[in-house]
Amino acid sequence: MANHAIVGAGAYVDFYKAKRYPGVLSWILSTDHKRIGILYLASMLSFFLVGMSIGFLMRLELIAPGKQLVDPQTYNAFFTLHGVIMIFLFIVPGLSASFGNFFLPIHIGAPDVAFPRLNLLSWWLFIAGGTLAVLSMFTGSGPPDTGWTFYAPYSIRTGTNVILAAFAAFVLGFSSILTGINFLTTVHRMRAPGMGWFRMPLFVWSLYATAWMQVLATPVIGINLLLIISERLFGIGVFDPAKGGDPILYQHLFWIYSHPAVYIMILPGMGAISEIMPVFSRRTIFGYKFIAYSSITIAALGSLVWGHHMFTSGQSYVASTIFSLLTMLVAIPSAVKVFNWIATMYKGSIHIEAPLLFAMSFIFLFSVGGLTGMMIGTLSFDVHVHDTYFIVGHFHYTMFGGMGMAFFAALHYWFPKMFGRMYNKAVAKMAWLMIFVGFNTLYFPMFILGWLGMPRRYYDYLPQYQGGHVVSTIGSWILIAGILIMLSNLIRSLRTGEKADGNPWGGTTLEWTVPSPPPLENFEKIPHVDRDPYDFEGVSAR
Amino acid sequence: MDLFSSTTEAVNIAFFVTLGIAVGMLVLITVLMVVFVIKYHRKRHPKASQVKGHTLLEIVWTVVPTLLALGMFYLGWVGYKFMRAVPEGAIEVSATGRMWSWEFEYENGKRSPELYVPVDRPVKVNLKSADVLHSFYVPAYRVKQDVVPGLDTYVWFHPVDTGLYDIFCAEYCGQRHSYMMSKVVVIPAAEFQDWVEQDVESVPVVSDEATSDQEQVERLRRAGERLSKIKGCNACHSTDGSELVGPTYKGLFGRAGVVITDGEKRQIVVDEEYLRKSILEPSADIVEGYGPVMPSQQGITEEEVNAIVEYLKTL
Repeated sequence: MANHAIVGAGAYVDFYKAKRYPGVLSWILSTDHKRIGILYLASMLSFFLVGMSIGFLMRLELIAPGKQLVDPQTYNAFFTLHGVIMIFLFIVPGLSASFGNFFLPIHIGAPDVAFPRLNLLSWWLFIAGGTLAVLSMFTGSGPPDTGWTFYAPYSIRTGTNVILAAFAAFVLGFSSILTGINFLTTVHRMRAPGMGWFRMPLFVWSLYATAWMQVLATPVIGINLLLIISERLFGIGVFDPAKGGDPILYQHLFWIYSHPAVYIMILPGMGAISEIMPVFSRRTIFGYKFIAYSSITIAALGSLVWGHHMFTSGQSYVASTIFSLLTMLVAIPSAVKVFNWIATMYKGSIHIEAPLLFAMSFIFLFSVGGLTGMMIGTLSFDVHVHDTYFIVGHFHYTMFGGMGMAFFAALHYWFPKMFGRMYNKAVAKMAWLMIFVGFNTLYFPMFILGWLGMPRRYYDYLPQYQGGHVVSTIGSWILIAGILIMLSNLIRSLRTGEKADGNPWGGTTLEWTVPSPPPLENFEKIPHVDRDPYDFEGVSAR
Repeated sequence: MDLFSSTTEAVNIAFFVTLGIAVGMLVLITVLMVVFVIKYHRKRHPKASQVKGHTLLEIVWTVVPTLLALGMFYLGWVGYKFMRAVPEGAIEVSATGRMWSWEFEYENGKRSPELYVPVDRPVKVNLKSADVLHSFYVPAYRVKQDVVPGLDTYVWFHPVDTGLYDIFCAEYCGQRHSYMMSKVVVIPAAEFQDWVEQDVESVPVVSDEATSDQEQVERLRRAGERLSKIKGCNACHSTDGSELVGPTYKGLFGRAGVVITDGEKRQIVVDEEYLRKSILEPSADIVEGYGPVMPSQQGITEEEVNAIVEYLKTL
């Protein structure tokens, strides 16, 4: 970062033009981390739209008690597929596979990831898993109806297509593990000269912490899903109490992965927020090291709290107590991040652009999610609201309000860098407003419904809960309209947007020192890094 | 430690305190964010100051939330201990969860599809599952406990007012999960005593000589109707002709249809023998178009089967 003038601007070939194969093959056979990042981005957004459509239908069904659109079995398949698609095909790969792939190597001054071909294999496994998941909807004896959690023994008894869906999640797990291994090696081995650990952008720190969890936790769910498949095929009896098995063992194995997975989903999002806050405040990040270390702390503590999903499961009293205590502690590093982001705005010179609006709504919505998370970490309160709409509200605030908003923030922040064009900023801000309003209208009533006792995964409900459901369904329409406006604005701008130069926001990290879109292998010459990542000295506002 | 007089209160205290902390923190975060955006907007504050950090502040905003979090943990733990410790003198009721209904059984053998309890006395409900996971949830009492096959679990609560309170299944259990509901019926102690001693035998025994055949049949029919509710038959078989998980009971007796026996289709007419076999061995003949999902009714007595058959004949 010695020189913040755009290197090689004008006379260079961007990575879109540097093709090894013609047509679509130049994408699906490419080992360029930027192309793979865009492949992930496009495929994840496609799956997101499928998941969103199913969510829309669910909200429509729930607008009144009784049957509106579909029968109970179809509704049960809806919430299973909505969960499987959104979790395994959108938020788990999340910002890591899309923006992480594109920007991790650039952020550390590397020409690519450590294992480019393994990287392509990860995407292929992702698509294979995604295809299997979609196939499970249309083949066999009906779409799976177990919920995305596949809890035993129901998942062993149901006649629906659980084996294929579980196998899909198993394949997707490998994709995640390979990406993790790749990123760990890249961060350790590929940093440019002068790029010490504390010169890395905070997005890289978050990806690094995430990668450890992907590598360490994902194998557990792989084993668990294979056990469910074996139960169904051979009746081995690991989870079936009639054969000496234990349904609670299933839940432990499931959450040993699936709770850390929550942090796999959110950490890269937090990393993106740490990039955006300084740039639009025009000042260095507040408490760099505290944010960096808090990512590692979240990864470590987040791996030890899975039992808080099981306070009413029949697990032991002692276990519940310990998990509740650890759950409270894991909230602290997240709080530290939030305070540091806000302090980053202090005495800044704030430019209100779409990425900042999404980032600020991330901070607000994720705080609601985190604080309600502490409430349900409180043992006695959780007993009441566990498996109610309170939980549904809570995890949509953390996952969608958190990872989702961070994803949209990152999309608007890095769009000009990735595609070389700027979107319509006024439309982007309007879409943001609709998304923010729609989101809260959709999910906030769920907290009230949950407190009043409305259980989740209910096709039908008692009339006293209808008010909240109506408001929530109306919110879904606003939210979806906002998302469609946002995406159409971006898609239209791919062709017609104003050309963006190398550094349209006045960013300080390495991606803003190369042209937009970046050339193949990113840098003409591997940079020598001699400044901190958020050093705004000599970088002017735009 | 008796901080709470009931589970409802234990949870309400945890709710309002943790909600207060959460709202306080959220307001702090939001107000700071909004104030900074306005105050340090580039129009008013064109030149940013490069503040890199502040160790004391970092310590403060680590330690204060930690203390608040530990306080929340403590509050929840005290309430949870209270919820797990059944007070002395609680009456005990056994509950069985099955797809998709509840059955309650009292110490004297009385069975009911609703949970009748006397007011102002703690109730311990011992939970068992007949098939998959369920969860016994009474929102009014703020109690919930999963019902796990192969594991004995329990829940207790202390009803302070008479009335009807919803029971939900809170753990997803398949197609008709959202219909797996019942009620807690809280009545005065004396009424409860009468209720629990009535109809203890599922099929009441009467001295035969005084009763006519017609009365006998009527007695069986009524017992059959009660049994079909207790045993949860109506969760899957309607009596009004509507389609649920299994064939409707309406017009069942004498109906002609196709069943699948050992993979072979065959034509049958529903008679007493067929009904009896379908109750005892539900998977032997599967009506075409339905799945083999009905649980076996092990432990049912000959008398009870007769009563149910008699009842089905009249629908």
